[in-house]
Amino acid sequence: MTTNQYIITIAIISIGSIITRFLPFVIFSEKKPTPKFITYLGKALPATIFSMLIVYCLKNVSILGGSHGLPELIAICAVVLIHLWKKQMLLSISVGTVFYMFLVQVIF
Amino acid sequence: MGKKTKALKAAFPKTIPILAGYGFLGTAYGIYMATSGFGVLYVITMCIVIFGGAMQFVGVPILLAPFAPIQTLIITLLVQARHIFYGIAMLDKLKDIGLKKLYIIYGVVDETFSINYTAQIPDDVDKGWFMFFVTLLDHIYWILGSVFGAVAGSLIKFSTEGIDFVMTAMFVVIFMEQWKKEKQHYSAIIGLISAIGCLLIFGADSFMVPTMICILVLLAVFKKPIEKEGGYLDD
Repeated sequence: MTTNQYIITIAIISIGSIITRFLPFVIFSEKKPTPKFITYLGKALPATIFSMLIVYCLKNVSILGGSHGLPELIAICAVVLIHLWKKQMLLSISVGTVFYMFLVQVIF
Repeated sequence: MGKKTKALKAAFPKTIPILAGYGFLGTAYGIYMATSGFGVLYVITMCIVIFGGAMQFVGVPILLAPFAPIQTLIITLLVQARHIFYGIAMLDKLKDIGLKKLYIIYGVVDETFSINYTAQIPDDVDKGWFMFFVTLLDHIYWILGSVFGAVAGSLIKFSTEGIDFVMTAMFVVIFMEQWKKEKQHYSAIIGLISAIGCLLIFGADSFMVPTMICILVLLAVFKKPIEKEGGYLDD
């Protein structure tokens, strides 16, 4: 690619991203009432999104090969337990991450 | 204390996990770009005008391949399609907050959406400015992390392997917090089943779009029970 082609490619990626981000706001403007089904989606979607994001983070974990997803499973259990116990978001996240790093660097 | 300062002070603590996560992911991205032959200027530009972790990683092989504008656009729309979901979920929350809204929409990424959607913003804090600062701080962390990776990545001596788990841990905790608030768990379970099912069928590289279609269909099918139980996050 030439420098101009680099710039055009980056611009296309930027514009594509902007389209996906602004699309709902362009289609459903503040002036017109939002269709009922979309209002329903707006409320029902977020819970599905958080499930989807957890799976998304773990998508490259191989159950059959490597460490069989064990470090991920153990660390997630640790995060859940610490969070149920202390209910401190930052504590659960940081202890869970350090524990995971220990697992993948030392144990597995 | 001014309205903005107050919002900034409320927003900053919520973004600390993202500071850690982007510090690492950004560094990884910066190193990847540097080893692929792109200078700091490219890194900064892409962080500013794209601002999306997954997409920027995908963008590196696209930049190294022959010029293919249409294909690039299609890949971008597919990888970024989940932002449409975030937008629909944020429609109500972004009403009546003025022009700040444009930057907040521009800066929607997984992490920013998660914070902006779920944060319990105190009543005396301006919600628009709160979301604005969460977005801005995340954007800055992402740029700084990436630049650091591009210029100094090779100097890191201790092993940071596994630090990317900070994002997984954050989403798990947010998931738990939401689970507690919900009166029904249909949506959460629909998301989990769709994502795992599609991951197994379509594989790691192409399961997100099928997952989203699956979620939409299932939400439409289970609309009655979900509405009846009234388990919306806000209610």
